[in-house]
This record gives sequence, structure tokens and C-alpha cells, in this order.
Amino acid sequence: MTHLEQLPPSVALIIAAFVALGSILTLIGALGLIRLGNFYDRLHAPTLATSWGAGGILLGSVMMFSTLGSRLVVPELFLGLMMLVTTPVTLMVLGRAALHRDRAEGRAPYDTLPLSKK
Amino acid sequence: MSMIPHPVVSILVTILWMVLTGFSTGQLVLGVLVGLIAGVGYGRLATDRVRLRRPGMMLRLAGRVALDIIQSNYNVAALILHDRRRHRRKSGFVRIPLDLTNRNALATLAIIVTSTPGTAWIDLDPDDNHLLLHVFDLKDEDDWAHTIKTRYEPLLMEIFR
Repeated sequence: MTHLEQLPPSVALIIAAFVALGSILTLIGALGLIRLGNFYDRLHAPTLATSWGAGGILLGSVMMFSTLGSRLVVPELFLGLMMLVTTPVTLMVLGRAALHRDRAEGRAPYDTLPLSKK
Repeated sequence: MSMIPHPVVSILVTILWMVLTGFSTGQLVLGVLVGLIAGVGYGRLATDRVRLRRPGMMLRLAGRVALDIIQSNYNVAALILHDRRRHRRKSGFVRIPLDLTNRNALATLAIIVTSTPGTAWIDLDPDDNHLLLHVFDLKDEDDWAHTIKTRYEPLLMEIFR
């Protein structure tokens, strides 16, 4: 870990804060996945990890490697963009599948029905 | 069909390829090739071209979304940690009438809404263009409709006009 010694302590602190924030948010998201009571609620928990959970860790990474000047920050930007763009697709497919099944089995909550069926 | 049906998509994929593999002439050739194929593939999937014409508006939208996501991250994290002790949280569905009809704009709104903790895009009713939104902490239904209609929809309408 030679390159870590080149980091000024103040920068290292900020990086640590970002990484800690990101991983705590990710942990809370995972916790939510266990604790929350129904499927639609659980859809919200992983977005903690994929938004600022990943964002915090990536920002820490950007700061670290731009301070050391060893490489460009572009990979982190793309990672963040890809996480942000691809996870909603999965969540939407899951959400729609759940609603479709609820509707087919007549369990859909009243306020989810299309106007034409009310 | 032209050789480069979707230049923006092709360029983005090429840059992504270069970033992930490292910069060299050989990888550039491969990256351009992959980018072109991706452009053709995208053309098969979606017929309307992506036009990115208002960079200022896009930056404003990105900033707004980043701030909103910070706020909702905090809210949802707090709610998950205090779920049983504090107030009774009520989640539920909200129907919101949308004026947006452009498919790319709707896709962008779906990504924004879903990647924001606390709100999830569930369905879009094709008959009357109503969005079905699931809200984690539902206090006031009109509040969410107001947020989407005033904070995101006008900007998206401008960007994807």
C-alpha cells in the first residue's frame, strides 16, 4: 500500500468519509430488504445502494486517484452512470411483474386500477 | 439505412469500450466496431433518434436529480432504521397524469423516479398516459404529483422537444 502514504491526511479523511457514507447507505439498503414488510416497499431499499451508496464510494475513488494523479476519473463516471441507468430497469420489471400478478389474482390494491376499470 | 444510424450511441459505446479496456490503437478499432454495431442494434430497438440539444437544461436536470436523491436517501434510510418505533409509515400508490409522450423522455423520467429512493415507477397506463407510482412514505398524494409535474416534467419536455 505504498500509494496510500502519499495521500495528505486531510484528503484521506474526506475520502474515508465518502467511502464510509457510501457503504453505510448500502448496508441500510440491505437491511431494508430484510426488514420491510411487502414487496413494493422492498423495491425502494436497494436504490439506496445504487444511488448515493455507490455514489459515495465512487466519489471517494475519484478523489483518491485524482489526488494521486495516477489516472483519469472517467471509469468511475461510467460506473456510476451504468449503475444509475441499469438498476431502474430491473426494478421496473420486478414492480410490473408483481402488479401484473396481483391484478391477475384479483389482489391489486384499489388505487392501482386503471381508470377504465374503476 | 445509413452506416451510422445513431452517432451519439455509437460514440458513447466507443468511449465506454476505451475506458474499460485501456487506450491503444487496436482497442480503438475494436471499440469503434462495437460502437457501430451497438448503434445498429439500438436502431432496431428504438425508432426515434436521440437528440441531445439542450446541454444547459440537461445539467440543470442532473443537478436537481442529484440533490433530490441525496434528500430521499436520507429520508428512506431514516425510515428503514426507525420503521417500527416512530410514526406509522404508510406506503401506497399514486396515479399521476403525464403530459410527456416522447418515449425517450418517459424512459428518462422512469430512471429518475426509480433511482430516487422512496419512489418507484410501476406502470404507465397507455390509455390515458397516467403514471402509476409507488411511494414509500405516502403523506400527501398531490404532493408527489406536484413534484413530478413541476420539477422534472417541464425540463424533460424542453430537452426532448
